[in-house]
Amino acid sequence: MDSRWLLCSLDLVAGNGCTVSLEHRAALQTSMVLLKKNYKFHRVLLWGKVLGLNKDYFIAQGRGDDELVDKKNLYSFDCVDWFLLPSATESMIQEVSVVAKRRFVGDPSYVYEHVEMSGGQDGAVDSPVVAKVSEESRLAVTVHQIDEEASVVPRGAFVKSPRGLVHVNRSFAGLSDSQAKKLDNFFHFRKAKNPNKKSVLEIGDLSPAIDFLDTLSDDVPKGSWSHQCECAGNVCVLRSLLWLGLTFYHLPMTPQHGYIYMGDGTRNLNLPFML
Amino acid sequence: MKVMDEHPHDAVDVIEDISQDVKLTFSEEKQNFLRDFPSTTAAELLAEKQRLLFSRPEEDEQEEQLMETLYPNVREVGFYLEQAGVGLGREEMQRIFLALKQLVESQALLGCRLWGKILGTESSYIVAEAQYIEGEEEEEKNAEEVAEKEEEREAQAKENEMYPLPQSTYKPPPAVPKEALGTGANKFVYYVCKEPGHSWVKLPSVSPAQITVARLIYKFFTGRLDHQIVSYPPFPGNEANYLRAQIARISAGTQVSPKGFFRIREEEGDEEDEVVQDSSEVNPDFEGIPVFEMASLSTWVHHIQYILQQGRCTWVNLAGKTGEDSNEEGEAEEKEEPDEPEPEVGPRLLDPLSKDSEMFNVPSWSSMVSSTLTFQHAVAVQRSNRWPGAYAYACGKKFENIYVGWGLKYAGEGYSPPVPPLPQKEYASDRKEIAEALDPSLEEEQELKEALDEQRAVQEEMEDIDDEDDED
Repeated sequence: MDSRWLLCSLDLVAGNGCTVSLEHRAALQTSMVLLKKNYKFHRVLLWGKVLGLNKDYFIAQGRGDDELVDKKNLYSFDCVDWFLLPSATESMIQEVSVVAKRRFVGDPSYVYEHVEMSGGQDGAVDSPVVAKVSEESRLAVTVHQIDEEASVVPRGAFVKSPRGLVHVNRSFAGLSDSQAKKLDNFFHFRKAKNPNKKSVLEIGDLSPAIDFLDTLSDDVPKGSWSHQCECAGNVCVLRSLLWLGLTFYHLPMTPQHGYIYMGDGTRNLNLPFML
Repeated sequence: MKVMDEHPHDAVDVIEDISQDVKLTFSEEKQNFLRDFPSTTAAELLAEKQRLLFSRPEEDEQEEQLMETLYPNVREVGFYLEQAGVGLGREEMQRIFLALKQLVESQALLGCRLWGKILGTESSYIVAEAQYIEGEEEEEKNAEEVAEKEEEREAQAKENEMYPLPQSTYKPPPAVPKEALGTGANKFVYYVCKEPGHSWVKLPSVSPAQITVARLIYKFFTGRLDHQIVSYPPFPGNEANYLRAQIARISAGTQVSPKGFFRIREEEGDEEDEVVQDSSEVNPDFEGIPVFEMASLSTWVHHIQYILQQGRCTWVNLAGKTGEDSNEEGEAEEKEEPDEPEPEVGPRLLDPLSKDSEMFNVPSWSSMVSSTLTFQHAVAVQRSNRWPGAYAYACGKKFENIYVGWGLKYAGEGYSPPVPPLPQKEYASDRKEIAEALDPSLEEEQELKEALDEQRAVQEEMEDIDDEDDED
């Protein structure tokens, strides 16, 4: 959610029940401007809030030249002081997925431990391998995973320049009402994985500058997105059922869109049972 | 032609006029006979319905001021919730406020409260809790009677068959009776609507069977009240019943109040066995508790009864019914006392939150204060970890509970569905015709054959001896 229109858009995603209190909103307005200046970001977004048992983390994301690649995440407890999160590497992702389960605690220095007994078949017990992961890296990995699996942008909001850089499309006028009802017009904001190979006929209708991302309708399982119209029917809201708490909003026929995550930072593994 | 003949002074103007006329004849603006039919969008329909929310009744304006406030001040609740970081947005809360007012007027309720919002995959439910009015009869009884009659007809048809098929010896456990309206899990009546402005639908009362099955399944709500729940174990009812069961569970688990706000109503003539304290009333002597104390768990208490394992708030001894059956079979069994199930006991009413047990190594509640900078005017908030989405706030003498979430309990790392029971035996095992036995193995058969041969040889010898004797 862009910091420039934070005030009006927080009310639009409030259907999930999570809003930001007035005190934090005021603090965000000031601190985000300072963040932009200090880190030299092009845009600063309020990425969302991860609820921990003791304390909640506010996450902000700063975007650089290439919106898809130049991303930096920062976290804070009071929306005033921000700390940089490390970027998530493959090894970190693997470690976290093994070790860290259950809820976030709320303390970035908390260490999750996982003891693996690496015993051979003879019954000889080798030394137990203890994998340790700090909550900070778990947070970084979670933010990265949510962006990979559940970020949403409408079709046409971002443009790929001939050099390969992804920019905000200044002439994006919004999806129409009928377009906003189809899940095909919403994309994941991540490097395209192209799960469904499209036929040449379908590719002919697409434009390479706009359609370089994966659509939401290719997500497995089908039905993992809840598509509704809220706020007296004016706002198109998409909610992810895989990462409960991620809300995307878009006002049709206006360029306003954004997504925010307000939840406990755990993937909903029970989704196949629940649909 | 005219210009060439007459040579007027302003030839250019004349030619221009002529050329404009010529151009106009070529490009006739064809009236678009095919115009888009102005379709009413969903937003427009909703806006028309919500317009009614804002209409004020023209008559009885003076009477309104004299009436007691039957509906809560949702604006105030929304203000405090916003400080806590919870809420549905100011405009939406305002619309819900007006919708609650519409509900109270249309249904002539004694009082109602905004319970919260349950999100669904296609649309969401806004839930209002209302006091039960005595005298409301259940319309569901008719449906149950019809179902029973159908079952009787089917049973008669089976008896007419010539060759009796193996009858199932399965007797379903006796159904736990529903709690009466106004008590226990059915203490309040709930109304739902999809959007403020739509009509409110009353939810049916909940039965213990529905609660026990709802504890075992884990399903999203779709937003349609008549949707069939496909699950194992099969849920007895449709989405309206499932919604009501979840609302009952959430209320029992997360409706909390500051200590001292409610007190036990003293009843005269308590029974000896069970002193069930199931009623509480507002304590007029309650003075607010300061914020820094409210941030701890011991100053909050549950004010809604806990739902027992059975699915009810008050325990019912089902063994009494089985005792009646055994009386019909024989008197000898009467002397044997069947193992009486022990009465189930749950946390008592007005137990503090600090007694709530942990789930999956996660404490049941997280407490926080809304603002660390302006501590004196802050709001203390309790957030439930068992039912993500349940919040309670307190500020001075005011407090409120709200639930905004998906309607599902925290399932830890993973939900595992219950395993189906073992298959039953087709026939009772004491019938000899179908008793199973192993075929004798080859060695046993050979042994038997040798034994028989020996016997025969012995017999022949005996006969030979006899014959010899006879011959002699």
